[in-house]
Amino acid sequence: MAALTDLTIAQLSAALAKKEASAVEVADAHLAKLDEHRALNAFITETPDKAREMAKASDARRAKGEAGLLEGVPLAIKDLFCTEGVQTTAASKILEGFVPQYESTVTANLWKSGAVMVGKTNLDEFAMGSSNMTSHFGGVENPWKRKGDNRKLVPGGSSGGSAAAVAAYMVPGSTGTDTGGSIRQPAAFCGIVGLKPTYGRCSRWGVVAFASSLDQPGPFARTVEDTALLLQAMSGHDPKDSTSAPLPVPDFAAAARNPDIRGMKVGIPKEYRVDGTSEEIVALWSKGMEMLKAAGADPVEVSLPHTKYALPAYYIVAPAECSSNLARYDGVRFGLRVPGKDLTELYENTRGAGFGKETRRRILIGTYVLSAGYYDAYYTKAQQIRALIARDFKQAFEKCDVLLTPTAPTAAFAAGEQMDDPVAMYLNDMFTIPASMAGLPGISVPAGLDKDGLPLGLQLIGRSFDEETLLRAAAAMEKAADFSARAAGY
Amino acid sequence: MSLDKETVARIARLARLKVPEEELAPLAGELSGIFAWIEQLNEVDTNNVEPMSSVSDVTLPMRADKVTDGGIAAKVLANAPDGAVYIDPSDRNAGGFFTVPKVVE
Repeated sequence: MAALTDLTIAQLSAALAKKEASAVEVADAHLAKLDEHRALNAFITETPDKAREMAKASDARRAKGEAGLLEGVPLAIKDLFCTEGVQTTAASKILEGFVPQYESTVTANLWKSGAVMVGKTNLDEFAMGSSNMTSHFGGVENPWKRKGDNRKLVPGGSSGGSAAAVAAYMVPGSTGTDTGGSIRQPAAFCGIVGLKPTYGRCSRWGVVAFASSLDQPGPFARTVEDTALLLQAMSGHDPKDSTSAPLPVPDFAAAARNPDIRGMKVGIPKEYRVDGTSEEIVALWSKGMEMLKAAGADPVEVSLPHTKYALPAYYIVAPAECSSNLARYDGVRFGLRVPGKDLTELYENTRGAGFGKETRRRILIGTYVLSAGYYDAYYTKAQQIRALIARDFKQAFEKCDVLLTPTAPTAAFAAGEQMDDPVAMYLNDMFTIPASMAGLPGISVPAGLDKDGLPLGLQLIGRSFDEETLLRAAAAMEKAADFSARAAGY
Repeated sequence: MSLDKETVARIARLARLKVPEEELAPLAGELSGIFAWIEQLNEVDTNNVEPMSSVSDVTLPMRADKVTDGGIAAKVLANAPDGAVYIDPSDRNAGGFFTVPKVVE
């Protein structure tokens, strides 16, 4: 039998069911990988004791015939999900040492289905970034390197630790959150699958808030089927999140096991052909369409005229919501406190010392666009553009069932590249942000390697609450692309 | 749109964010760059477009106005930065409070 850490979630479940391994053995094998690859800095907090305890309980449940959907499967959790009794930092100094007294709905759902937590993964501070470089706990290293070049590459962001942990075979799956591309872009950079569900599919309760109208938890895994299994366990209506959709959870895994896309209409949005996209990615995009066509899909050219405005509009909406959400970090009830001579100075000192550079920058942008006299010119305008973006997608989906686009304009870049100019960094999310603005589900599937040997991803975008069609298309893409490359040394 | 140092200092005060004097000028430059890039939104005609504040089609649900938890003062106060003060240290769930610097003279 292959090493336990090489197995997918579906394969692990089968091995556990056949008693070829116990959950404790599976946990230990993966914990050893956490040890081996600690230099990647993928985790902020490792929880080996908790993992073994949960695995033991899982074995006991299985012995009683009560195995859940993810029984005994080890997972890594982005350190943005509150986990009861386990430090949750959002990769910020201001939350260092914060120990939640409650469990987020999504992680509670995962534990209910039998999954085992091995640790909390690194991320960009408060999920703000596309490189994982804004973490207070240091950047994460991408397991992949350019051929013949030993420079460390970023794993993407903000869910960089979760993506790197899966790509390095430390865990078969992990959770992320996606506000503007924070699951899909790191999945592409690390050569794995990452899915942002429809806004409202997974509860946001207990997830540290960044931009509430955009934030959405979702899974990472190495296969489309595994991603679907995780999504199935994470999803569901939650009365504690007023934007959680009161809808039943479909059998996502069944959809992922059915790559029959004959007759499916795949839209190619012409506005996604933009300058600055690497030629290899443009070529891969065409190849991706050919693969889907060969599998029986019909390509359709569609137009999303407001695509180029999604990114600047996002950089009003997201910072505005961030500045409001992050007002709670005031040094009074939890987190860091830096004393001051009076209460105002305590607030200012705490926030000045506790937030990193990018977070401070976004709080300032948000405060400015919401301030008196500017609200309509910026915030209202951005919300109107958001409405136009959503309308574009609605019209496109009258002509097609899914959209195919690149996930990111480049492959993974080196730490330090693209860091000087914030706008250049923001452009990394140009292909993922439009779907976020419209609340639509999107998935990144690894589809090939570039000339440097780095993985590249293609994105599929689906209709609202139609993750099943999205997963079917993704499964067809996965089958055709047959991506089996692994980062050297992992 | 170009932001000057004074504007950045004013926003920082509104955001209760201490920004060291020497960072104000570089920040003004960065933020001006970002807002110059955002200016392109003015190309879009948004007359008569209803602003979209939420992507959910569903009407937000109402719930019964009743107490659903309580008696967890110890949990509420567990992460107090300088420690909490409990009314009855032998029963932390009896209640307590956070402390802040004096706000009245």
